[in-house]
Amino acid sequence: MKRAGFTSAWLPAMLLLPQLAVIAIFFYWPAAHALRSSFYLQDPFGFGETFVGLSNFTSLLTSAAYSRAAWFTVFFTLIVTFGSLSIALLLAVKADKVIRGAKTYRTLLMWVYAVAPPVAGVIGLIMFNQSWGPLKEFFALFGWDFKLGVNYFDTAFAMIAVSIWKQVPVNFIFFLSGLQSIPKSVREAALIDNRSATGRFWDITFPLLAPTGFFLLITNITYAMFDTFGVIDTVLKGQPGNNPMTLVYKVYVDGFRGNDLGGSSAQSVVLMVLVLALTVFQFRMIERRIHYT
Amino acid sequence: MSHVTLTALRKVYPNGFEAVKPASYTITPGEFVVLVGPSGCGKSTMLRMIAGLEDISDGTLEIAGRVVNTLDPADRDIAMVFQNYALYPHMTVRKNIGYGLQNRKIPKDVIAAKVAEASALLNLDDYLDRKPSQLSGGQRQRVAMGRAIVRDPALFLFDEPLSNLDAKLRNQMRIEIKALQRRLGVTSIYVTHDQVEAMTMADRIIVMNAGRIEQIGTPAEIYHTPATTFVASFMGAPPMNLLDGQIAGGAARVGDHTVMTDAPAAPGPVTVGIRPEDIVADPNGPLTLDIAIVEELGAHRLLHGTLAGQQLSVHVGKDSPATTGPFRAALKPGAVSLFDAGTGERL
Repeated sequence: MKRAGFTSAWLPAMLLLPQLAVIAIFFYWPAAHALRSSFYLQDPFGFGETFVGLSNFTSLLTSAAYSRAAWFTVFFTLIVTFGSLSIALLLAVKADKVIRGAKTYRTLLMWVYAVAPPVAGVIGLIMFNQSWGPLKEFFALFGWDFKLGVNYFDTAFAMIAVSIWKQVPVNFIFFLSGLQSIPKSVREAALIDNRSATGRFWDITFPLLAPTGFFLLITNITYAMFDTFGVIDTVLKGQPGNNPMTLVYKVYVDGFRGNDLGGSSAQSVVLMVLVLALTVFQFRMIERRIHYT
Repeated sequence: MSHVTLTALRKVYPNGFEAVKPASYTITPGEFVVLVGPSGCGKSTMLRMIAGLEDISDGTLEIAGRVVNTLDPADRDIAMVFQNYALYPHMTVRKNIGYGLQNRKIPKDVIAAKVAEASALLNLDDYLDRKPSQLSGGQRQRVAMGRAIVRDPALFLFDEPLSNLDAKLRNQMRIEIKALQRRLGVTSIYVTHDQVEAMTMADRIIVMNAGRIEQIGTPAEIYHTPATTFVASFMGAPPMNLLDGQIAGGAARVGDHTVMTDAPAAPGPVTVGIRPEDIVADPNGPLTLDIAIVEELGAHRLLHGTLAGQQLSVHVGKDSPATTGPFRAALKPGAVSLFDAGTGERL
């Protein structure tokens, strides 16, 4: 590639400046601030702060509520990621086989993509509404007395269901385009080599989708851990009580509802480390990822 | 070894397009048949119907005495080599070759032995643990062949397997494929648009045009007695000269030149076909051509000119002097083919 040269260092510096400023002001400054706050105990009314060292972190480690949220986040992330990936893959494989009306069918499946997370949460609330939610009434037919916001399991179920539903279309689009990039002749060769459609899927289609799948795995984990905030917030309305919440939501609840800025900052720092680890893992894996011709 | 019989095999697409008009023929065991024709003539569709990758609209298809119309491709006892090789990119060469056997519940040691045998035959021993992306075009082609060979099929199908290779490699692979087929004795159907491949490889050629079979015959038959003007102009490079002529008084004439004295046809207009190499220089010959361009090809020369105002080419040896201008020539005996001026059928 031809390298374009700049005669002075000024122009490139000026071109980089806006981006660097955005990163510094909106990412590094708050991050540094959070890091600093995590070592202090703040007055709830904003009258001052006291240096407390690592005590915010040690109290996190011993807090039952925190470990409960952490475990819930693990389960929530696993279920949402697995659920949204597998449902999307199933739909994509089926949609890929549709010949007549394929476009309409695909567009319908992608629609949900345009729904914003809080709106998705509101739709979830309507579906699971205590007095007239259609899904609540459907579950009642099987003797399941669904109590959103009251029962821990039921609330978790609703959060997971809405989060999966929200994420399926994105995954679907990626899987579908992944499927369509598999050469037709490779599928036909497999058709001659293997009479079992299930066998062909696991031996040929699935491995060839692996690069797409890996990319989606990382984005879905990120989604489940961080981007589901809107869904969870709509369901919990900032008052979780005994209901489950994820770590990201707990940062908000403890910091802005509980006014424990120090503790909340410490939680943010933990999450930052987590994101860092996830990013390192992703880059390591992408470097090693197999490239097919 | 097994025979293949097509009876009125036909393909009509939902939009009403008839890609293959009812076709019937039988391929004898061990025969190498080449389906040749211009793009869109239905040759690939016919091959794909035989493979089971396209539904058969009408007619019956028998492979080794079994009607296979509704069988899955995997159950037809066939192997296919695709134009772009269609190797599984995530599998090693070894796995690519063995995959079909693995699905037939064949014991592992038998698969290993068969893969080893095929790789020895195809000189692939050094590449067994590589992925297809690490191989050259010719090597990939060999792996695709290996995948077909290990299955021990009743029928080999080739869908333009050489068209992605460069000219030199194509000539080499052509000979390899032909030799391999001879050695294994497996009945084969080979699709190509390249008439040189068809002529050199086939035991029998099937020439197709617009979904219809124009002629079935050995390369020599196809070349020397083409059934239609289409076959005459498609097979051979340069193609047969086709000139507008007249039958009058039992003789075939092109303009003022008599090209055939005992024409077996009724008086009226005809198309006269003459192969370029059947026109020979002869100072006392009955024909006078006007040569406009001389193409020097080393071993021989191509002369392009006119006879009675109609374009034609002449193929002469390198020893034959060639200049532009008038050219006296004679025809070799039996050189003239006559075709119906309207339908293009041989008379």
